Amino acid sequence: MTNASEPLQPGPEAQPRGPGLVGGLLRRPEAGGALSALICFAFFAIMAGNNGFLSPLGVADWLATASELGIVAAPIGLLMIAGEFDLSIGSVVGGTSMIVAICTGFYDLSPWIGVLIASIFGSLIGLANGLIVTRTKLPSFIVTLATMMMITGGMLGISILLTGSTSLSATPSGLAEIVFASNYQQFHVSIVHWILVTALASFVMQNTTFGNWVYATGGNAQTARLAGVPVERVKVILFVCASLGGVLAGIIETLTFKNGNITLGSQYVFTGIAASVIGGVLLTGGYGSPIGIIFGALTYGIVSLGVFFLGWNADLTELFIGLLLLLAVLANHRLRQWAMGRA
Amino acid sequence: MAQPIIELRSVTKRFVGVTAVANLSMALHAGEVFCLLGENGAGKSTLIKILTGVETPSSGEVLVDGKAVHFKSPRDAREYGIATVYQEVGTLPLMSVARNFVLGAEPSKGSWPFRRFDKAKASELALQTLRDLGISRVRDADQLVGTMSGGERQALAIGRAVHFGARLLVLDEPTAALGVRESATVLRLIEKVRARGVAVLFITHNAYHAYASGDRFMVLRRGEMLASFGKGDKTVGEVIELMAGGAELQSLLTAGETRIV
Repeated sequence: MTNASEPLQPGPEAQPRGPGLVGGLLRRPEAGGALSALICFAFFAIMAGNNGFLSPLGVADWLATASELGIVAAPIGLLMIAGEFDLSIGSVVGGTSMIVAICTGFYDLSPWIGVLIASIFGSLIGLANGLIVTRTKLPSFIVTLATMMMITGGMLGISILLTGSTSLSATPSGLAEIVFASNYQQFHVSIVHWILVTALASFVMQNTTFGNWVYATGGNAQTARLAGVPVERVKVILFVCASLGGVLAGIIETLTFKNGNITLGSQYVFTGIAASVIGGVLLTGGYGSPIGIIFGALTYGIVSLGVFFLGWNADLTELFIGLLLLLAVLANHRLRQWAMGRA
Repeated sequence: MAQPIIELRSVTKRFVGVTAVANLSMALHAGEVFCLLGENGAGKSTLIKILTGVETPSSGEVLVDGKAVHFKSPRDAREYGIATVYQEVGTLPLMSVARNFVLGAEPSKGSWPFRRFDKAKASELALQTLRDLGISRVRDADQLVGTMSGGERQALAIGRAVHFGARLLVLDEPTAALGVRESATVLRLIEKVRARGVAVLFITHNAYHAYASGDRFMVLRRGEMLASFGKGDKTVGEVIELMAGGAELQSLLTAGETRIV
């Protein structure tokens, strides 16, 4: 160690390295999602282009499906980047639907009262999920499975107690109808919400300190904690955001379909996770991006409406999405191994 | 002798049924590399945890700049300028160099609610610090840390600690998972950090690595201090024997090897 004061002589390997193909891909978590959305779009554009898939109404249809999923999937994806799951999200959508319908359809209140109560409900559910997971250190998978069942059962009970029914009509009105349930041409306002939610999520992840904490929390909670990141607080905040994403989707769908139903949104338990993973979010956390999740949700919208326009059985949607999910998980896993393998 | 940056006085840490650290005293000075040696289970980890605020001692005192302190958390200890670089969990492989570097102390620009993470500043800080530590190969702050070599990662973790005001740098087995060349890189880093007047606590069970960079040495066994000595007081062979507490290892070394210092 006598030459410690001398600068290191650059060896032959000291050339600056470009990102390379895999390194470059690794920096773009959204690359896989973009590719899958593009391939699915091309496939259905060719196969179903003449059946209405490319018509303005067709495009508006799959964008609406993608946007409702995207609103839920964006915060779910952030939570997954932080290393946690939220299976209760579907029941939050259903619970919100019941709350909005009970308020507007049964008690004839302003939709905004329903929005307010649903937001409080969602925040409390998220807070409960977050606190239980961080305090008990139990897997969020099982904790949120339990809260999912409790919300569904509880909301049904409340609904029967208050209204004697479990399926209610919801009546949108005034500004709330414009904000949550209107169309421009054939395009549904949920697309705007989707863009806003994703823009916010993307800004947070890319341009704020909190975003850095989210990546670190999911990358390795212990490392993050040692660096001074309040890991528990990060997770609780993200659980609340995830629930609020479900609330927003629930409000939009309920006021659009004018019907309150506890089963509304139950598919998001799986499709939310699927959209995130297809969009490049690692199941193990620490990696992913909101832009990628856009492509994940878009893929889902394209496939489900593409199958419809082709006149195929709707069940084939699940087959396609399942296959894409499997491919995405494999690809993500490979990338992760590649990045971690040089430890 | 100058006032130590941090000092332990008769520190004992008991867990249920076991005394992990028994009546230990040590002083860490600025610009000195203090090597803590010992086999697995010797109490090194517990000692680090006490120094870095993860655990509180059952009895005894921790002094910073001569004043008794009680660290409530790792964050608290960090406020006093105590930074730790862990062997396994020092950096996050799936995050960029810049994001890793500033984690927990992110630079920001703009004012609330438009306050945002200053990525350009983070990149600049990270690359500048790596260059100062002699790591010239990393020139792209967006590179994922997982694609860097082990030595480069250690440099990143060490550089980050020093940059954010570490006065005592605790290095827990920084060379354990590294090859010969990478280890040399880390030992060189330690010299650079010492030259900046930072106190270094170097935990290792590699006596050769300790000898290459240490100023003071302490050998622990079963929570107790077995020996404490300065540079050149003992040979590597003697140290290895102290650590293992047996003649077996010593007997495996040739006469020539035991003389290497």
